[in-house]
Amino acid sequence: MCLAVPGKVLESTNIGLNRVAKVQFGGVTRTVYLDLLPEAEVGDYVLVHVGFAISKIDEVEAQRTYALLEELGNVLDDAPVPPESGA
Amino acid sequence: MKYIDEYRDAAVAGSIAQAIRARVTRPWVLMEICGGQTHAIMRYGLDELLPPEIELVHGPGCPVCVAPLEIIDKALDIAARPEVIFVSYGDMLRVPGSRTDLFRVKAAGGDVRIAYSPMDALKLARANPTRQVVFFAIGFETTAPANAMALWQARQEGLRNFSMLAAHVLVPPAMRAILGSPECRVQGLIAPGHVCAVMGWREYEDLARQFRLPVVIGGFEPVDLLEAIRMLVAQLEEGRAEVENQYVRSVTRDGNQAAQRIMERVFEVTDQKWRGIGRIPASGCRIRAELAEFDAERIFGTGGITAEEPRECISALVLQGLKKPADCAAFGARCTPESPLGAPMVSSEGVCAAYYAYRRRAPEASA
Repeated sequence: MCLAVPGKVLESTNIGLNRVAKVQFGGVTRTVYLDLLPEAEVGDYVLVHVGFAISKIDEVEAQRTYALLEELGNVLDDAPVPPESGA
Repeated sequence: MKYIDEYRDAAVAGSIAQAIRARVTRPWVLMEICGGQTHAIMRYGLDELLPPEIELVHGPGCPVCVAPLEIIDKALDIAARPEVIFVSYGDMLRVPGSRTDLFRVKAAGGDVRIAYSPMDALKLARANPTRQVVFFAIGFETTAPANAMALWQARQEGLRNFSMLAAHVLVPPAMRAILGSPECRVQGLIAPGHVCAVMGWREYEDLARQFRLPVVIGGFEPVDLLEAIRMLVAQLEEGRAEVENQYVRSVTRDGNQAAQRIMERVFEVTDQKWRGIGRIPASGCRIRAELAEFDAERIFGTGGITAEEPRECISALVLQGLKKPADCAAFGARCTPESPLGAPMVSSEGVCAAYYAYRRRAPEASA
């Protein structure tokens, strides 16, 4: 139920009471409501849940934390592997 | 897809698993709350990458699974009425009520439809002004704002034929009930990333303090979950009990305030019955009295419907992390996804369904 999928806002427009966007998920584009995330702009990545964008993905934070994870891998690659370690 | 593929990278996942093995010195029991996280753990075999000291138990974070039998019976009562178009997320259709389920009501002529979004139900109400369109609004804090927005919009448009059967549940009060039980073995929590994307994590700071328990807000991909486990193990080994955020790309401490505002405008907090756990104070949301004209329970007078939970299903214990699905005598025999005894076998996020899909050949017994 709490599944939310990241997608990129391609364009947005106002239809009636709603602000709606075309959001790209891989090769698929869907209409998404931006009413819960008024700050979302074209070019942003957003998390989409039951047709609504609920959170903006912070690209800077994402890059920073992923770089830390990759660094963890490099540090471990250099470290001696304990004998009981399988993988 | 960006923000998915890189978080499924096997080399990065392997590095994190190795870091966990290097850090752990004794047994720890960790609980992931969200059913989506449970499924990712089973699907990718993340528990099998962990050292034997780490045991994962599974929490109550599947809204379909914790919906009490009586709300299903209320849904069935409303859906069978000829004037009604009953609209639900697909997961709810096979959940057994006391006597039948929504699929059978549909087969018997009930107008039951599956929706992807509550806004689909609004469209149906606009297109069918002579019918009563009822949306089955279940879900945690992730889903409640979207449902609230749909109801609020119906009010703004003056739609007279749209209502909701609402059974929203809130994570922190349920966790307080589970963690406060004398049988609880949980020593660290992976908090649900998408609930926290909406609500932020202030409520989890209270939980961490009250139960002296480390909490890490985790995402949903394998790398996210392993990293959340690594952060929990580090806290436990260092004797810390803090809230940390692994899912920084999507979650902030204050969450989505526009979403919280619409939720508060439409819903009010109430005591809520959870399947398997019982009534938990202030753990659900109901439609505010001033919006009663959109409340299906009031419109259709289903308030008097009550139901007893089935006896053989042990979902009560499974949803509190006290038992695992394979401990149930009915698991995989009298209870399967095609013919479920309880909701955790039905939902795409149910823990029994996850074990059935990914672990049936090598069932794991709990200690």
